[in-house]
Formats: sequence, C-alpha cells, structure tokens
Amino acid sequence: MRGTVGALLRKELLVELRTLESVPGMSLFAVTTFVIFHFALNRNSVDGDLAAGILWVTLLFAAILGVNRLFVADADQGGFDAFLLAPVDRTAMFVAKALTLLAFLVVLEIVAVPAFGLLLLGPSLGAAMPELLLVLALGDVGIAVIGTMVAALAVRTRARDLLGPLLALPLFVPIVIGGARASAPLLALGHQTAASGRWLATLGLYDLLFGLIAYALFDYLLED
Amino acid sequence: MAALEVEGLARHFGEREALDGVSLTLAAGETLVVFGPNGAGKTTLLRVLATLLRPHAGSVSVLGRRLPEEAWALRGRVGLLGHEPLLYRELTARENLCFHARLHRVAQERVEELLDAVAISTRAGEPLRTLSRGMVQRVAVARAVLHDPELLLLDEPHSNLDPAAIELVAPLIGRSSDPARPRTRVICSHDPGGGLAEADVVLGLRGGRPALLAAAADVQERQIAELYR
Amino acid sequence: MYGKGLRALSISTAAVMALALGLVFFYAPLEAEQGFLQKIFYVHVPLAIVSLCGFVLGGLLAIQHLRTREPRWDMRSYVAIHISLVFAVATLITGSIWAKGSWGHWWVWNEPTLVSFLIVFLLYATYQPLRFAIEDPERQARYASVFAVTAGAFVPMNFIAVRLSTAYLHPRVLGSASNLPGSMRLTFIVSLIAIALLYATLCKYELTAKHTRAQLRALRRRLIGDQPQARRPRSAAPALAPSPPARARTAAGTGA
Repeated sequence: MRGTVGALLRKELLVELRTLESVPGMSLFAVTTFVIFHFALNRNSVDGDLAAGILWVTLLFAAILGVNRLFVADADQGGFDAFLLAPVDRTAMFVAKALTLLAFLVVLEIVAVPAFGLLLLGPSLGAAMPELLLVLALGDVGIAVIGTMVAALAVRTRARDLLGPLLALPLFVPIVIGGARASAPLLALGHQTAASGRWLATLGLYDLLFGLIAYALFDYLLED
Repeated sequence: MAALEVEGLARHFGEREALDGVSLTLAAGETLVVFGPNGAGKTTLLRVLATLLRPHAGSVSVLGRRLPEEAWALRGRVGLLGHEPLLYRELTARENLCFHARLHRVAQERVEELLDAVAISTRAGEPLRTLSRGMVQRVAVARAVLHDPELLLLDEPHSNLDPAAIELVAPLIGRSSDPARPRTRVICSHDPGGGLAEADVVLGLRGGRPALLAAAADVQERQIAELYR
Repeated sequence: MYGKGLRALSISTAAVMALALGLVFFYAPLEAEQGFLQKIFYVHVPLAIVSLCGFVLGGLLAIQHLRTREPRWDMRSYVAIHISLVFAVATLITGSIWAKGSWGHWWVWNEPTLVSFLIVFLLYATYQPLRFAIEDPERQARYASVFAVTAGAFVPMNFIAVRLSTAYLHPRVLGSASNLPGSMRLTFIVSLIAIALLYATLCKYELTAKHTRAQLRALRRRLIGDQPQARRPRSAAPALAPSPPARARTAAGTGA
C-alpha cells in the first residue's frame, strides 16, 4: 500500500510540476479575492469574525478550483483503467489523491495567509501563530478528504465543473463553522485569545468521520 | 485448465445489450481473434475479460479464476492494449513506464529493455504529447507487456503503426516463444486476412451476439466479410 | 407484491392524520407566549424529524445497494431520499412561517433546526442533478449510493455543528420537545406518528408506481418484440430490471 501511494504521489506531483495547472491558479485566485474583498467591503483592515470569515471563504473557493482539476487528467487520459489493472490496493488512489490535494492546500496557504496578513488583516499575523496553523491543518485535512471524494464523484459526470462545487460546498459547511469560529479569537484586535477547544474538536471529529467514510467508499467510485 | 472459459456471457448498459450469449473456450497459449463491425461488442468483451467490467449474466473464468468474485487474483496477470494508450501526455515515455513498473512491482531495468525494444529510447525523455501517434502506440504496447502478462488483450493493436513498427512490436505481442510460459491472446481485428493468419480460434460478433465461432482452420475470409454486411 | 398492504397503510395514515389534526386544534392547549401560531410546531418538528430520519435511511439503503449491487436497494434509497427532500422543503416552509409569525422575519439564523435543514436541503438538492448527469444506469446507481451514504452521515454531523454554532436568542420552543406538558406531548407524539406514516405511505406509493411501470414495460416488450420501440430517455430516476423477455437473467436483480 505504501509503495503504491508513493508511486501515485510521485506521478501526481510530477504532473503538477510539469503542467502547473492547479497550485498557481489557486494561489492567484486567493490573492485576487482578497483584493476584491477590500473593494466589496470597503475596508482597509479586518479583524476577528470578519477576518476569519474572509480567510476561510477564500481558502474554500480556492480549494474548489483544485478539487475540480484533481481527477481530470486521469479521467481524460485513461489513468483509471491502467490503475484498475494493476495488482494494487485501490484505496491507495484515495490516499494519494487526498495527500496531493493536501499538499496543494498547504502551498496555497503558504501564499495566501501571508498575503492576507499583508493586504487585509488588521492585527499582526505572528501573534495568531502557531494556533492558526493548527486550525488550518485540521481544516485542510477535512477539505482534502471531502474534496477528493467529491472530485471522484463529479469527474465522470456530464457537468463535472458545476457538480463538484455544488456537492462540495454544503459538505464543507462544518469545516467553515469549525475553522472560522476557531480562527476568530486568534485574529481579534487587541486582546487575542486562544482557539476554543470545542471547534478544534468539531473539526477533528469531522475529519475522522469523513476520512473513514471516504476510505470505505472510494473503491466503488473507481469501477466502471 | 483452459485459459478462458466463457459461457453465456451477457453485459448490458442500461437497456442496451452490449453482449448476449457469448460462449467460448480457449486453451492456454492459443490466440482468439474477434471480428465484428463497430458497436458489435468487441471492446466490451475485452473489458470484461480484463476485469474492468462485471458480467451481468453467464459464467466467465479467466486463467482459472471466476469473474467477478476472483477478479482481484487476476490483476497483474492480464495486459490490456485498448483504444486509449492509458498514458499521461504530460509525462515522458520513461516516466510513464516507470510509473506502471512501480504499480506492477516490475524492476526498472525492464523499462529500459522495453524502451529499446520499441525503439523509443532516444525520445524517452520527452513528454508524450510531443510524440507522434505511432510512437505513442509503441509506448502503449510497452506498457501493456511491461509485466509480462499471461493473458494479452489487444484491441486493434496495429492501429497507427507503420509496417516497420508492426514488425518491431511483433515479438512483444506475438505468440510466446517459450513453451513453459504460454501467452494466451485475444485480439480484436478489422483485418480478415491478417487476423485469420494469427488466429487459432475465430469469434465473429454482431450486435453483441456471436455470429461465428470456429477453429481458424475451418473459417474462410468471406465468412468474416459477411459479418460486416 | 409491491402493492400489497398499500390500501391498509393509506387508510391508517389518513386515520392517524385526522386524529392528529383533531388533537392539534381541539385538544392541545394554546401556548401562552405565541398563541395559535405555536401549533405549527406540531407539523414543523415531526416533518423535520421524519425528514432527517429519511435521509439517514436513504444512506442505509444505499449501503445495502453497494453491498449487494441489486438495483432494488438503489430504488428504495432513491425514493427515501426523494420523499425526504419533499418533507425537508415542507420543514423549511413551515419553519419560515413560524419565524415570520413569531419574530417578524421570514428567515432567522438562530434556529439551528432551520439552518441545518437549509444546508441539508442544499446538499440533497444536488442528488437528482448528480444522477441525471450520469448516463450509465449502473454507474448512476453506484455513484448515487456513495453520495447517499456520505450525505446520510453528514446530516447528523451537520446538525451538531450548526447547533454548536448557533447563539440562542430566544428559548427554543421548536426544538425542546422533551419538557412538554402532558397534553402537548400527546399531541406531539400523535403528530409524529402521523407524519411518519405519511412518509411510509408516500414511499410505498412511489415504489409501487415505479415497479408497476417497469412491469408494464417488460410486458409490452414481450408482446411487441425484442427491439424496444423507444429507448428510455435519460433519467435521474433508477429503473428496475431492464429488458429481456424470455431469457433467464441471473445477476441483474429484477427487484421484487
């Protein structure tokens, strides 16, 4: 299993490095969205609830871009068949793709979070770390798990670019709730408090539940 | 033990019957050539034998394993060369074959061996999208035989190949020269003459149903031509 | 086989619903704070509960489909989700009416039931478009089942998350069914049973109708001949037992 995941991951990252299809687009989208928020809200700086909301919404929509592209190469170039013929554990594809999406999200955040700190955030970003990283990490795992499932569901349907976001966004709501609520006190102006454990627990529970479900169900999506 | 034992195989897609009542037996090392017009079910048959599609009725036994229950045991023993090359266009030939080698747990040396065998070595470091279709087809052949499968399923293997290339790939997808390791083959072909020459058993499909099933020696070219009428 | 018991079920549903209505209007006391409008609670909450259970049931039936690959489980899952979606819309409408009557707004964010239903509705509203977007019926059923299981697990998770996040401005009459006085509790329970029976009846109706239609098509094909006159158009709804007449089919699962 580990060998297969390794081989798949290697292939994924190679393809991404060659085509640069997902990550630059996602990152640019996030930064542009911050600019748009500035004009839409007519604010020079945001903090607390508003900051957390803007950050998570932007990350989510940027993630959707990555989700849309996740299986496209495999579906269009016959990658599924080749994988199905190999003597491997099929769930390895789920693990590899979810890790890939997670990697994309991490790179996205490396660009987007500092950009956010620079462009829109009032209070200093440094004070919010490292707890913000923990919240982001938990949220990312959830996005990666659900995103991979939804991507696999949507890719071999007719309106794949539309169906993906439509399916994913309601499923992402608990992540938004947990992520935004947990981040808000970290990004508050003045007196910054720690993230509430309740929201971290919500995120963790969500990640675990859907991680298990996706792991169990993914095989059914691969067959013809 | 026969390599293939198919009895009353049926497979439908919604209300369309792609295969209906197909039965055949093929011994190890033999070659079955399937003829038939487009849409006759040749590709479906190949995909069922490759374990990519489940049979909806009838019994199918490939290399001694029943489908679909024991499909897992067949992976790695079957090679498929379909209409699609099943390769990533952005990766190089070498990277593609190395990826498949890792999936099938095949040594990396074999990749180089095959790149040489299909005469792609000089361009093995370029992305596949820069290669001509004939070259891509050669890499696809290499992919199909990379893991030295016992059963080779070939869907019009000579498409896009010029005569020189056909000669190149012949030893890779031809009959096995080693009697201890027989290579059973199922080939879909549109070429009555060439196909007949390769075959031990001939199957003609029309509308998903078997219109012709006989040993190659008993079949004449005009019978095959009838299928396309 | 499918139609069996339908009449008995319908009659008992009608009877219990009549009883429930009677209790709501004549027996249950008028609530002090909200007056007559509060009675919508006896419709709204049972609808919510039955709908949520229906979605989870759809997920369970989908698991059965994935395990056995028989189309009839997919049919049942589809119907369960389909009817639950209707009940979910009814939940949203009745909740909205209640909100308007009580607080003057057609929508309120501080009622977790209403909010989580909106999200669940948005999710399940994609179920039929998803099915419609996949042409091969077998794959359609399989993908829909994967979705149904995921969404079925999502429903309780979402409910918990939304509930945690909602600030309660007012005491929630809608949600707190546990500490009701006796007469209200009786009315509530009867209403709940009535709505649950209604759900079961509607499901059975739809299953029977679909099955009958499938049998009709099979008979027609047997009479007219092998080639179907018109291919069944692309559809989001699962079909039972496609085609063939006399040939014995072993693995297709003719759903009965």
